[in-house]
Order: sequence, then C-alpha cells, then structure tokens
Amino acid sequence: MTKERLVVIGNGMAGIRTVEELLLRAPGRYDITVFGAEPHPNYNRIMLSPVLAGEKSFEQIILNGRDWYEANGITLHTGDRIEGIDRTAKTVTSVGGKTVAYDKLLLAIGSDPVVLPIPGKELPGVIGFRDLSDVEAMVAAAKTGTHAVVIGGGLLGLEAANGLALNGMEVTVLHLMGTIMERQLDEAAGWLLQAELEGRGIKIITKAQTEAILGDGKVQKVRLADGRELDADLVVMAVGIRPNTALGKLAGLEVNRGIVVDDRMVTSDPDILSVGECVEHRGQTYGLVAPLWDMAKVCADHLAGAPESAYTGTVSATRLKVTGVELYSAGTFGDAGTEDIVFRDGARGVYKRIVLRDNRIVGTVLYGDTKDGPWYFQLLKDAEDIAPLRDTLIFGQGAGAQAQDPFAAVAALPDTAEICGCNGVNKGTVVAAIRDKGCCSVEDVRTHTKASASCGGCTGLVEKLLACTLGDGYQAQTGPKPMCKCTHLAHDDVRRLIVIDKLKSIPAVMQALEWTTAEGCASCRPALNYYLMCAWPGEYKDDNQSRFINERVHANIQKDGTYSVVPRMWGGLTNASELRAIADVVERFQIPTVKVTGGQRIDLLGVKKEDLPAVWSDLNKAGMVSGHAYAKGLRTVKTCVGSEWCRFGTQASMSMGVKLEKMTWGTWTPHKFKMAVSGCPRNCAEATIKDFGVVAVDSGWELHVGGNGGLHVRATDLLMKVETEDEVLEVCGAFLQLYREEARYLERTAPWIERVGIDYVRARMEDVEVREALHQRFLYSQKFEQIDPWAERASGAVDNHEFAPLASLVPLAAE
Amino acid sequence: MNAMLPQSWVAVGRVTDIPRRGARVVKAPGGDIAVFRTGADEVYALRDRCPHGNGPLSNGIVHDRKVTCPLHGMVFDLTDGHSIGPDACQARTIPVRVVAGVIELGNPLYTETASA
Ligand code: SRM
Ligand SMILES: Cc1cc2nc3c(=O)[nH]c(=O)nc-3n(C[C@H](O)[C@H](O)[C@H](O)COP(=O)(O)OP(=O)(O)OC[C@H]3O[C@@H](n4cnc5c(N)ncnc54)[C@H](O)[C@@H]3O)c2cc1C
Ligand code: SF4
Ligand code: FES
Repeated sequence: MTKERLVVIGNGMAGIRTVEELLLRAPGRYDITVFGAEPHPNYNRIMLSPVLAGEKSFEQIILNGRDWYEANGITLHTGDRIEGIDRTAKTVTSVGGKTVAYDKLLLAIGSDPVVLPIPGKELPGVIGFRDLSDVEAMVAAAKTGTHAVVIGGGLLGLEAANGLALNGMEVTVLHLMGTIMERQLDEAAGWLLQAELEGRGIKIITKAQTEAILGDGKVQKVRLADGRELDADLVVMAVGIRPNTALGKLAGLEVNRGIVVDDRMVTSDPDILSVGECVEHRGQTYGLVAPLWDMAKVCADHLAGAPESAYTGTVSATRLKVTGVELYSAGTFGDAGTEDIVFRDGARGVYKRIVLRDNRIVGTVLYGDTKDGPWYFQLLKDAEDIAPLRDTLIFGQGAGAQAQDPFAAVAALPDTAEICGCNGVNKGTVVAAIRDKGCCSVEDVRTHTKASASCGGCTGLVEKLLACTLGDGYQAQTGPKPMCKCTHLAHDDVRRLIVIDKLKSIPAVMQALEWTTAEGCASCRPALNYYLMCAWPGEYKDDNQSRFINERVHANIQKDGTYSVVPRMWGGLTNASELRAIADVVERFQIPTVKVTGGQRIDLLGVKKEDLPAVWSDLNKAGMVSGHAYAKGLRTVKTCVGSEWCRFGTQASMSMGVKLEKMTWGTWTPHKFKMAVSGCPRNCAEATIKDFGVVAVDSGWELHVGGNGGLHVRATDLLMKVETEDEVLEVCGAFLQLYREEARYLERTAPWIERVGIDYVRARMEDVEVREALHQRFLYSQKFEQIDPWAERASGAVDNHEFAPLASLVPLAAE
Repeated sequence: MNAMLPQSWVAVGRVTDIPRRGARVVKAPGGDIAVFRTGADEVYALRDRCPHGNGPLSNGIVHDRKVTCPLHGMVFDLTDGHSIGPDACQARTIPVRVVAGVIELGNPLYTETASA
C-alpha cells in the first residue's frame, strides 16, 4: 500500500510541532515533505530575543536539526517558498520550481510584521522583528550605527529595544498608547517596567504618533506628529503582526483576518488543514505559542484519523523575556464588574494584581515577583472559585493553598524551600531528620535540626512536614500542647493542678504530676517557678536556679558575657542627682556604653559581672532601684509630658505614670509587661502598643490593653474609660493580676487577649467585685515582690556566690 | 588526653559553696572554669566558654546532668561536654573530683595553658 502524502508549508513552530505530534500518533502513516521559506531548520522563534541580547547563540535555539528530518524520513526543502497551490491537481509549487503532490496539505505559514503605512517605510534600515535575518540585520546595524528607534512598545518592541541597547545602541521606543505593553499590563505595572527600562538607558516616549521615516537612500530620522525628529540609523517596526493569508487567498480558501479553520483545524477545503498564527478560529487570531501547541495536537489527531478531537480556543499568559525583569500577565483587567486584590512592596519593587469577577480570577499582572504566575493562571483557566483562598490569595500558592489543603502546599515545596528562617533550615534537612534520624515529633525535629527552635513561627510547617513524611505514623498532638517534653500536661492543666492539689514546690509538682525527667528542663523550670510564685505569694520560696540568667543576676547578659544595667526612671523622669550618680558609676567602673533605651531610661552596657553589686550599691545610694529590664515582669512606664507642660495636655500623665510604676514595679508576670501614659489622644507615649496603655481625654482616662511592639505589632483594644486616677490604678492592678493568674508563661498580653478574647477580659474588669478582688490579690503579692533585688545583692547578703569566683588559681610557675 | 601526664589536683572550694543546680567560676590562667553542682550533688567542670559563641556556661540553667547555655540555648552534657542536638560540638571538660566535700580540679593549670 502506498503511503498518503502530507505536504507541510511552513517550517516554523506550529507546523513542525504538528508533525511531531503526528509522528507520535501515527508514525509511518504519511510520506512527509516540508517547505520552509527560511534557509534554516526549525528553530524556537521566541528565543530570537535572547539571541539578539547576546544571551544565546542560534545553535542553542534550534528545535529540530536536519538529522531529525532525516531520521524521520521527512523531505525538507529550506529556503524554498511555496508560491502556488493547485487544489484540483492537489499539488504545490515552489519558487525554486518544485512541484509536489499531496493527499493532505498543512498550511503553517505564520504571520508577518505589520508595516505602518507611512512615508519612508521602505527605506533600507527599516525592518521588522520576526526571523533570524531580522536579528542579523539588527546586530549588523548596531556595529555601524548609533541610534535605533523601535516603533511599538509591546512585548516584541521592548525585547528588541532591550537587545539593541545591549548591543550598544542608543534606543528610543515610540509607543502610541499612554502605557507600554498596555494589552498585558495595567498602568502601575507599565510604569514600573518603564522605570526599569529607562534605568537601563532606554528612552521611552509614550503617546507618540510616528508620522514619517526620513532618509536619503537609507533611514536617518523618524518624525513624530508633534514635529519632533529623532536620529535613527535603524528603525524596528514592532507594531503588531498580521496573519499570513496570501497563499490561502490565492488558492481560493475561505480567508478572513486569517485562514478560516473549524474546530478540527480544517480549512474550507477538506484536504487542507492549517495551524498557527496564520489561522482564524472562531473569529480569533493568536500571537503566542501556547495556542499553537493545542492546535497542533488537534490537527495531528485528525491527520491520524481521530475525528472527535476539537480545538476550542486557548487563553494564554505572557512573560517578558528581558533578563532581570520579572513580569507576568494573563487574562484581562480593567473590565467593568471586576474587583481587584492588589499588593505592593515599594522597597522590593513588587506589584501584584489579581482581577476577580464573581470570585474567579479573570486576570493577573505580576511585576517583580512572578513565581505564583502559573498558579494564578491555572486558577484562571480552571475558573476555580477562589472564595476560600481569598484572604491569602495575593501572597501566592504557599499561603493560599495552605488554607485549602494544608498538606498539598507543604508537600509541593522543593527540598530547598526554607522552613525555619531563623535558623536557615530547609525542607530537605527537616525531611531527612524525620526519615533518617527517626524524628517523630516537633520536639525531635527541633532538637536535631534547630527548625522552630527560635521564634517558633514555623512550628506549623514542621508539623505538616511530619504528617506528610510519616503519613499515618504521625500522631498529631491533639488538644493543647504539653508544656515541654518533660510532661504531657499543658500549661493550663499544670496551673490548675498546682492550685487544686496544693503543690507548693517544683519537686512537688514534678512528683505529683509525673514529670518524665528528673529535674525538668530550661523551659519548664522557669514556668513552674513563676506559676508557684503566683499561686502562693509569701509562701513559695523563689527558686533562683530555675530562672534564666538575667533574672537570676538582675541584669541583661550581653553577647560577650558582660551585663547591662538599667536603673528605674519613674515614668521616664530623672534629675540632676540621678544623672550625676550615673555619670560617676560610668567613670568609676569604666562602663563602655551609655545609651538611652526605647523605654525611656538609661542603659549602662558592658558591666563586668563581678562589678554588678558595687555598681548597684552606688546607684542605690542615689535612690535608684532596678529597672527590671531583664524581667518577665513590669518593665517601663513611658509617659509624655502631659498637662504638666504640654499646651495640649488634658491630664497629668507624668504623675499618673509615676503612680502606676510605683504601684506595679517588682511584680513578676508571665512575660514582660509594659505600660505608657499619654496626656491626650495625640498619644506621644505610644500607649496603644503597650500591654496596658493609658490615654487621657477631657473626661478622664481611656484604658487600653493588649498592645505589642516587637515581631508582631498589635495595637491595643480599648478596655474601658474611667474618670479618676484611683480607678486607673485599680483597673491596672486588676488587669495585671488577671494576666498573672491566667496567661501562660511566656505569653504576652497581646496573644493572651487574642486567645481569650477582649470581651472576656472586659467582662472581668467591669464586674466590680471581681475587679476589686483581683486588685487586692495583686496588692497582696506586691508585698513580697516589691523588694529591690539590687539592694539585696549589693548588701552581699543574697546570692553572693553569683558574683564572686569560687577560687582564683595562679600559674603553676608562680606557685 | 592527659593520660600520660602525672595528675596533680588543686582544691578550689567545698561542694556546698555552689548552689544545687548551679555553677561557680574558678579563675584560672588559661581561662575561666565553670564548676557545676547538680541536683544530686555531683560535681562537674567545663571550661566556661561555650564552643558555640563563647557564652559563659556557668551562667546557664542546670538540669539533670546538663546545662543550657545562656546565650543561645545549646544544651551540653556535663559529663563529657558534648552538646545535645544539631551542630554537635563539645565544651572542654576539666578533670574534677570531690574528696571529703572538697572540690579538686585535675591539673587545671597545665591543661589550660597547654591549649591557650
Ligand atoms: C535596651 C533595649 C533597646 C534599647 O537600647 O532601646 C532593649 C533591649 C533588648 N530587648 Fe527589647 N529593648 C528595649 C525596648 C524594647 C521595646 C520598646 C519599648 O519597650 O517601648 C520593644 C517593643 C515594645 C514591646 O515590647 O512590645 C522591645 C521589644 C523586644 C522584644 C519583642 C517582644 C515581643 O513581645 O515581641 C524582645 C524579645 C523577647 O522579649 O522575647 C526584646 C528583647 C530584648 C533583649 C532583652 C534581647 C535579649 O534577650 O538580650 C535586649 C536586651 C538588651 C540588654 O541587655 O539591655 N525586646 N524592646 C530597650 C530597653 C527598654 C527599657 O528601658 O527597658
Ligand atoms: C522575537 C519574537 C519573540 C516572541 N516571543 C514570544 C514569547 O515570549 N511567547 C510567545 O508565546 N510567543 C512569542 N512570540 C510569538 C511566537 O514566536 C509565534 O507565536 C510563533 O512562532 C508562531 O508560530 P507559527 O508556526 O504560526 O509561525 P512561524 O513560527 O513564524 O512559522 C511560520 C514559518 O512559515 C514560513 N513561511 C511563511 N510563508 C511560507 C511559504 N509561502 N512557503 C514556505 N514557508 C513559508 C515562515 O518563513 C516561517 O518560518 C515571539 C515572536 C517573535 C518574533
Ligand atoms: S532590636 Fe532589641 S533584640 Fe534586636 S538587636 Fe536591638 S536590642 Fe537586641
Ligand atoms: S554561645 Fe552558647 S549557645 Fe551560643
């Protein structure tokens, strides 16, 4: 049986892809002949931009070399254009004089650059940007000329401009519209891109109407409608493409804007098919490669005898191929009835916009960070309902997918993905620890890899990795987490049992509650010490050895093992004698750094441990006490000048602050506790990011709680308004006591309130009996806690061993 | 490492001079030595420099036969100085013994000066 003959006109991307697809489906079914007008084998046209930019060689972009044609028995005629089709005889004829008969004919002849109908368009030096010869012409022009003008600020024009600039030309882009790449970009992204390209020395003139190209024998200038004239040794026209239809017209096929095909890629002649940029399908023409791949499959199906296959159109996405510019665009924007989600990061130059209609993505523009482009594009193509992802959608797949399927997102992360930012631990390391080191809990992973050992923000991720890696073998911890690996009980349970079972020492707790370690660890011991102290004021004896070094020696350890000393400055106020005493101490002990802190007092940094008692003694003599800058306890009470001095002040914030600090200093709390008092709503003391913030208003005081600076900034919730200073003090004491009794160790007021809810806290505070009782309990505990730890130690009576060496040895020789 | 050297011992103080689950420093020519007393009254000695970042181990929290460095929280086994967990490293141990309630360090001058 003789084979059917397939002739392909056009040795470009769509035609050869169709042949490849056909060879997969029906190898050997056809005798294939390919005619290509270009003198080259099939190459990747979209990579002409990197070739122009000098980033790739032509050899690197060849898709199928001549040996491929040979190996597949395909007859290839390059550099030979087909000029006629005889549909009755079923033959094609080339310019080179070849006539070849076909049973099936495939037209894949692409498109031509649009040439503006302006004077001078045919001058030498005016070219398009379509094939390798254009690239060669541009590179040659750059060798001899200086000025290039690119007409058209779309994808092609900008890639040409970038390439020409890289070839050393001074490039001006003329664009008719106000925004470059306006079909793919919105104004914001267009502006970012323009700024980037201008930064690379490319001049961009928008709203530029080109009127004429001037030159004597070759191009010399370009004139704009407003009269401006630009020097030009080369003009690249990149104002669009026009489907190549001439051959189809000549053959009498149905032609519109493109060669008309049906859903099977068949033209008006049943034996002639067509694919690529030359076709018009359902009224649509295309200018990107993605649709060609879909067309090629359908076309190959039909050639291979699978009649049910149909092409229904393609939505495509664009990336700009300019090295160093990240740009991704898909779908539409700017339509009526759509909503936007926008994210900007000015410092990083990131802009992201997602356009939604009825909770479905219809378009996206990403600039600066495009890694989620394909994901958005998939959601767009699938017309996925994004309502469940909406809150995190703009942050990308990691964030968004977690909300939907927490495990898929984690499983999809590459091994190099960073899990723990604090300790630089990536996914591969964590998975290896789980698989190879037998880690089966977050605690194990933490011990072996340090992941989640610092801020703990990645604990959830680590848990998911455990679940993904171990599958059913992972027993997720249900309910509240145990305090630490020494017990299976959670903080709240331990606290409850301490009270109910009247446990009054650390060993008693560990015994009664079946601790799994002998003496606990550095994490549960300080917590238990605090819980016991809070539960049994006056009865429990503080265990110094269960405290972190800073609380043990009442100063902050520094990276070099020295300490810092921060004396209390009530409400941020000081005076000459305090300052003089500080100055004397600094000189006497040669303290290297004196700094005003963010908490309105003075920090003496670099004090030797053994000098601490003497430093404190001197400060005590001037009336100063510990500022507890090291404590899980009351830190500072910041104030503004208030009505004492300020022309806007409505209440005496300084004295209010001092009263608060005098009442509360020395108290131990689950985490540090900071206060501030502002004299009016201008709030110069920043009271609304404090654990307890007081803001004066005309009628009294607003009390705010649960604020936090630090890693996760949180503004306060308004707790209530009160009228008198005494009420401020009472609510403050009651609030502190509620926090002391109910929050977990190392839980600041902000996360505590987020956990229990401000309504709960407010209800407790508004119940006068509860409030008074809390306040009384607070004042009672203060009897035992309001003792200056510095004075105790300066006297040499307490913890002397901390500051004096056990022994001092001298070198052998000297003995 | 000192096996071949004759061991000499220096008394530095009494066990009760150190708080349980605590440590004190012995100043020595080659650098400070941290002497630990566990909850069970055992005594161990390490050089008072965390191998991670020179943290003074004598300032850490002592739990069982371990100490947690005050600077970044690495945990060391007092018996052999090995760290527990990732980035294994080792704090230098100093020979120590208790004779009738008195703590003696083994040839600390030699070991310290030899490596300084
Ligand atoms: C000295 C000081 C910086 C300064 O020079 O200004 C400081 C220094 C330290 N801060 Fe701070 N913070 C200082 C004001 C602040 C402030 C501002 C304020 O208090 O108004 C904040 C934000 C407000 C807040 O706390 O919400 C602040 C938020 C933090 C945080 C984050 C807390 C959080 O809940 O996210 C930490 C880390 C922690 O506590 O775990 C921290 C931890 C630290 C530590 C203790 C780090 C450490 O563990 O060694 C630093 C001790 C240095 C030292 O030895 O003195 N520091 N720190 C400030 C002392 C104020 C004072 O007079 O007591
Ligand atoms: C510089 C540049 C950058 C691009 N960048 C991208 C991009 O980033 N992303 C993207 O999706 N798309 C991009 N494109 C578009 C993409 O290259 C085209 O969509 C794709 O090449 C079209 O394939 P085609 O087969 O239809 O046409 P072509 O690849 O142009 O193939 C048609 C072939 O037919 C030949 N031919 C024409 N008439 C005859 C005849 N009578 N006889 C014989 N042979 C004939 C032509 O010489 C040509 O080789 C870019 C295009 C260019 C020029
Ligand atoms: S911000 Fe605070 S914790 Fe960070 S370096 Fe400064 S003082 Fe230290
Ligand atoms: S210095 Fe000890 S853990 Fe860093």
